[in-house]
Amino acid sequence: MVKAVDFAKQNGLYMVLFALAGFFSFATENFLVSHNLMNVARQVSMLGIAAVGFAFVLLLGGIDLSVGSVITLVNVVCGWFMVNAGLNPVLAIFITLAMATMIGFANGWIIANIQMPPLIVTLAMMIIIEGVAFLISKGLPIYGFPESFAVIGQGYLGPIPIPVVIMIAVLALGAFILNKTFFGRYFYAVGGNEEAAKLSGIKVKNVKYLVYSLSGFFAGVAGIVILSRTNSATVTAGKMLELEILTACVLGGISVTGGVGRISNVIAGVLILGVLSNGMVLMNVTEFTQMVIKGSVLLLAVAFDCLQHRKTS
Amino acid sequence: MNILELKNITKKYPGVIALNDVSIEFVEGEAHALVGENGAGKSTLIKSCTGAVKPNSGRIVIEGKAFKSLTPQLSEAHGIGVIYQEFNLVGELSVAENIFLGRAIRKGLIINKKAMVREAAAIFEQFNIEIDPNELVNNLTVGYQQLVEIAKALSQKARILIMDEPSAPLTSAEAARLYEVVEKLKAQGVTVIYISHRMEEIFLLTDRITVLRDGQKIKTVKTSETNMDDLVKLMVGRELKETYPARKACISDEVLLDVENLSGNGVNNISFQIKKGEVLGFAGLIGAGRTETAELLFGAAKKTGGTVRLKGEEVSPKTPRDAIESGIALVPEDRKGKGVLLDMTIRSNTSMAVLERISKYFKVDLKEEKRLAEEYKQSIRIKTPSIEQKIKNLSGGNQQKVIVARWLASEPELVIFDEPTRGIDVGAKSEIYTLVNSLVEDGKSVLIISSEMEEVMGISDRIVVLCDGKISGSLERKDFNQETIMNFASQK
Repeated sequence: MVKAVDFAKQNGLYMVLFALAGFFSFATENFLVSHNLMNVARQVSMLGIAAVGFAFVLLLGGIDLSVGSVITLVNVVCGWFMVNAGLNPVLAIFITLAMATMIGFANGWIIANIQMPPLIVTLAMMIIIEGVAFLISKGLPIYGFPESFAVIGQGYLGPIPIPVVIMIAVLALGAFILNKTFFGRYFYAVGGNEEAAKLSGIKVKNVKYLVYSLSGFFAGVAGIVILSRTNSATVTAGKMLELEILTACVLGGISVTGGVGRISNVIAGVLILGVLSNGMVLMNVTEFTQMVIKGSVLLLAVAFDCLQHRKTS
Repeated sequence: MNILELKNITKKYPGVIALNDVSIEFVEGEAHALVGENGAGKSTLIKSCTGAVKPNSGRIVIEGKAFKSLTPQLSEAHGIGVIYQEFNLVGELSVAENIFLGRAIRKGLIINKKAMVREAAAIFEQFNIEIDPNELVNNLTVGYQQLVEIAKALSQKARILIMDEPSAPLTSAEAARLYEVVEKLKAQGVTVIYISHRMEEIFLLTDRITVLRDGQKIKTVKTSETNMDDLVKLMVGRELKETYPARKACISDEVLLDVENLSGNGVNNISFQIKKGEVLGFAGLIGAGRTETAELLFGAAKKTGGTVRLKGEEVSPKTPRDAIESGIALVPEDRKGKGVLLDMTIRSNTSMAVLERISKYFKVDLKEEKRLAEEYKQSIRIKTPSIEQKIKNLSGGNQQKVIVARWLASEPELVIFDEPTRGIDVGAKSEIYTLVNSLVEDGKSVLIISSEMEEVMGISDRIVVLCDGKISGSLERKDFNQETIMNFASQK
């Protein structure tokens, strides 16, 4: 009995995932078919990629609301370089990712040096970036990319879509950073007790620069995947994505108060959200009802996290 | 008459039995001490009385009424008040407003400030305490803030007052005033449950003493029928021959640390030296500049002048990292706020200051990290089933040992201990002293900051006394004397 409880505690997320998948398998005809499941995997890939950077930020005890806008800006800028400047896709991707990383670094620099609350800094950054994306594109979609560019979002490696391959690689990298590297350990330390981390010789500012830069970088990668998949850059590409990414992370057990969480559970969070979105579409749930449900899921996930915290302290 | 009875209280946490079938009776109007090493179950016991913890079994009987468990509201309604180590006061509000926080005296929606001030003043008058009820709490010293907490409890008609280490943050004058208040409380028939590590005050204040060990009640004794040695024996279950273990003479002629006219961080023109193999004690009152000096040496605060030489070479650490690399370690004063990483394992906590050194291309050498943690777990006897335990599951004394391990792992030349034994039990204290000895016998140097006079005299080779950010005196071991040190410390 005790063993069963322990098992449920450790694997609760995956049990929720299977329960949800089971529900949709019965409720809809089209859920449990390989074509649709692959579709779910492809849909969640950009979520999974961006969630890794976001998880780092949450572990640090911060938040990065600008990731959705970074995704939008990455779409517009990369599209602009390829179409309007006629740049080689590889070079365009490279420049765009550098830009996304720099935006993250700017967030980190302001948060670490001016000691402003991350919520406000990244909220301001979100609005600024969205404005810039509008200014560059004038609000119009950019399309007509070189054919080779489509491989990233639409290609396959054997039976597996390339976005899924990228997501798996990013998640593996994220897990490696957190579990094996010294700076990954520092994310937990700074998020758990910043003063103790500082007195242990950790350069807290550098850790913040790194974490927010990585958040920007991974958002950038997610943005590129989206751009390639949709084959058109629009100013709504990343709209509200920051909230979905946040939901996935918190569902995945990353504590909003910092210092606690692991990548293996974030994967479950991402998948739960993906299955939920896909299932709701298959059941013809309207967009607005979906909003109500997704908002409730975020609220529940945070409530669960906070209750958990209260229990242990 | 028994005002409060705990009957067969048991509280289990996953893997630990915090209280095991504990029964204690508290008599009306007595001062009853609870003593025991850290992890003995004192905190859980208090929390059961205040409703913060629900016991798994047993009964709490207050004035004849039996409860399975309490809630904070029930506990308060039945006259139980608590003075925690951390106060629950709002600094921006006045003393009177704090006393009546959440229960403001009012007419309809309008707060009757005059009545609150009058009632607060009446409480203070009973105890001969001079506090202006209109003063903001932020403007009071810690000692007075504590008295406001006590007044708050009394205004709620508390008949049982639980005090958790009340004298720990106080200066000796403040503590003396606290003792007077406790005496008056007893005279008024209030039962005081007094938790403390300080033996002298337990014998001064209390009528009876209950000893807890490892979650079990060992014995309740009359204070007049016991003595310190017996009590310590009951607490640790073994005899402590001497609190301050002897060490070999190991001071060399070589000067390790040479500080000249150090200033900044509230400290003015401080000069002193520490020799290789020497233990230098920093005595003084809280706020005298001892911790501040340590922060300067450790690069945790900015210095504005002066020079620091380590082994003859000038060092000027701008960050703790610089200090660690030049061979300085600091075991900080506030273990919870500045030391432990609660949600991390003992292994991670131990390796935190050397993580980069034991990494290759960013990757932590896990084998080396485990070896390190195991080594210190053995050598300084950290009581834990596994180094993979989270540090928050350890008692205060063992947490402190892990923090010490973190700093020993950095292989320092100079270890600064800031209040290393505050709030830890007798057994762990003596182990820390032994550790200090082995450090200096190994040729390292130690700077120890302590507010406990007995400790700083027992462990140091030499004492420097600070007052108002300056050095006010310096004593060799043969001249150690409480009164001399006190005079230096309170010099204006």
